[in-house]
Amino acid sequence: MRKGAAPQTATRWGLRVLVVGYLFLLVIWPVLLVARATFAHGLAPVINALRQPEVIFAFQLTLSAAFWAVVINTIFGVGISLLLVRYTFPGRRALNALVDLPLAVSPIVVGLSLVLVYSGRTGWLGGSLEQAGLQVIYAPPGIILATAFVSLPLVIREVIPVLQEIGTEQEQAARSLGASALQTFARITLPAIRWGLLYGVVLSLARSLGEFGAVKIVSGGVAMRTQTATLLVEERYQQFGIENSIIAYAAAFILALIAVIALVIVTAFRPDKGTPR
Amino acid sequence: MSIKIAGVGKKFGDFTALEGIDLDIATGELTALLGPSGGGKSTLLRIIAGLEVADVGSVEIEGVDATSLPARKRNVGFVFQHYAAFRHLNVAGNVGFGLKIRKRPRREVKARVAELLELVHLSQFADRLPAQLSGGQRQRMALARALAIEPTVLLLDEPFGALDANVRKELRAWLRRLHDEVHVTTVFVTHDQEEALEVADRIVVINQGRIEQIGPPHELYDHPSSEFVMSFLGPVTTLDGHLVRPHDLEIETHPFGDAYPGRIERFNRVGFEVRLDVRLIEDEAAPPVLVTLTRADATAKGLETGMPVWLTPVAGASQVRITAPATTAAESLDLPQELPPGSPTQSVPQPTFT
Repeated sequence: MRKGAAPQTATRWGLRVLVVGYLFLLVIWPVLLVARATFAHGLAPVINALRQPEVIFAFQLTLSAAFWAVVINTIFGVGISLLLVRYTFPGRRALNALVDLPLAVSPIVVGLSLVLVYSGRTGWLGGSLEQAGLQVIYAPPGIILATAFVSLPLVIREVIPVLQEIGTEQEQAARSLGASALQTFARITLPAIRWGLLYGVVLSLARSLGEFGAVKIVSGGVAMRTQTATLLVEERYQQFGIENSIIAYAAAFILALIAVIALVIVTAFRPDKGTPR
Repeated sequence: MSIKIAGVGKKFGDFTALEGIDLDIATGELTALLGPSGGGKSTLLRIIAGLEVADVGSVEIEGVDATSLPARKRNVGFVFQHYAAFRHLNVAGNVGFGLKIRKRPRREVKARVAELLELVHLSQFADRLPAQLSGGQRQRMALARALAIEPTVLLLDEPFGALDANVRKELRAWLRRLHDEVHVTTVFVTHDQEEALEVADRIVVINQGRIEQIGPPHELYDHPSSEFVMSFLGPVTTLDGHLVRPHDLEIETHPFGDAYPGRIERFNRVGFEVRLDVRLIEDEAAPPVLVTLTRADATAKGLETGMPVWLTPVAGASQVRITAPATTAAESLDLPQELPPGSPTQSVPQPTFT
C-alpha cells in the first residue's frame, strides 16, 4: 500500500511546487513588488498622493464607468445566456462564438472600432448622436461602452454553465404552479444562478476597473475630464519625479487591492467549490 | 368528465409522438398511462398540463377548453420524475410556492403548508433544503407542492421512476391511499405494468403514439385486446398460435384431454416459483413453451428435467391469437429510435418472453 501511495504523493508535491512557483513568478511576486514600491517612502507620501484632485477624479470616473459597464453586462449577460441556453434558433452557434470575441480581440482594436462607429467625425451614428447632444467618444459614455465591450463575456461564461446544469424543470414546475414568466425568472431562475452571476459580476467589475487599451483610445485621457485610474497610472509612470511615481504606484496598488478584495469576498461567500445550489 | 381529450396529435420533427388520441377521464379517478418509453405517454401528460402544445386536437379540463391556455392558468398540479425541487427554497417554501404566487395571506399559506406537510409526513422537515432530503422525501414534497394549489387535476410523470425499488413500492401504496383520502382526479405515467396494475382505477395503454386499450386493470389483464397489451401487462408464452400466460398453463405427467405432448428442457427455480421450458413434440422447431407454477405444485407432480409432460391452457385463460407478423411488446420496445425531448429514457422492465 505504501509503495503504491509514494509516487502519488511525489506527483502531488511536484504539482504543488510547480503551480505555486508559477503563480509566484507570474502573479504574486510582481504584485508584491508594486506594493513595496508604493510604500518605499512610507505611508505619508502615499496618502498625500491619493489626495490629489486628479487622482480622486480618476478613481471616481473609473468607479462610475465600471459600475455602469457592470450593470449593462449583467442585464445583457443574463439575457444572452438565457437566449443561448434555453432557445434554439438559426445562428445560435455563431452568436455563442461571437460572445467570446472581446476576449480574443485586442482592446486596442475594440477602442479603434468604437471610435469608427461613435466618433462625430467618422461615424454617421456618432454624428447623429452628437447632433442630439450626446458625445460618446472622448467622453464618459465612450469609456463605459469600451469597458462593457471588453468585459461582456465574463458574466455570460459564468452564467451559462449554471443555467445548463439547473435545466428547465424547476421553471416548468413554477409555471404549472401559476407563476408568470417574470415571476418564474425572479423567484426561480435568478436565485438558482445567483452565485454564478455574482462571480461573473465581480470578475467583470475587476476587469472593468483595470481596462486600459480600449479606454485609452476612446477617452483621450485628459486629466480631470476623461482620465481613468489606469490612464493616470500610465501617465504618471512615464513622467519624471518621485511624486509622479508615487502617484502611479499608489493608484496601481489601490486598483489591485479593490480587485483582490472583491474576489476574496466572493470566494468566501460562495458555497463549496463553486457548486451552485 | 374531468378531462376530455379529442383528436390530439403531436409531432417532433419527423417523429410522430401522438396520433388521434381520444380520451375521457372521469372526475376523481386515478388513471395510469402505461406504455414503453418513447410511446408518447409523457407527451400526452405534458399536453394536458400545458407544458407541451398539441399540433391538432383539443383538451378540456372540467368543462373549460384548455387547448390554448398556458400552463399557469390551467390549475393543474404536475409532479416531475426528477422532482424539480426548488433547490434554493426549503421544504415549506417549496410547498407554499403556488400559494404565494396566488398572493394568499401569509397566515393562510402557513396553515395550508403545515396541513400538507402533515399529509405527506414531512412536518419535521419543513425547514430543510431539498438537498438534505432523500429521493422519496423530495418526491413527497413535490406532491405536496402540487396539491397545495388545490389543482383540478393532478398529473404525475413517472413519479417513482428515479427511486429505488423498495421506496417505489412504498410510495406506490402510499399514493393509492392518498388518492383515496384526497380524491383529486389523478393521471400518472408509468412504464411499469405492476405499478399501473396495483395503483390505478383505470389503465390507458399507449404504444407508438396510439391508445391500444383502455380499461380497469383486471379487465386489461384478463381480456387484452391485442398481442401488445397482453405481452406488456405480464409474462406471455406461445402455444398453438396463441399468446397465453405461463401461469395459465396446466401441466401433467400423463396425457389428458387435448393436451399437447412435450418434454421439460429446462427446470429453473426462482424463489417460490418454478419456471419450465417445455419443448413440444409436434413442433420441435418452435421456441420452447414457458410454464410457471409454484414450487409446491412442481414438487407434488414430481417434475424434473427431461421428463415427458402434457400441456393445455387452463379453463378461462386469457389468450390472444397471434397474427403474423407478430408485433408484441418485445419488438416495439426497440422502436422508435428517436425519443421526443423530455421523454423518459430508461429501459422498460422486460416482461418474460418465449
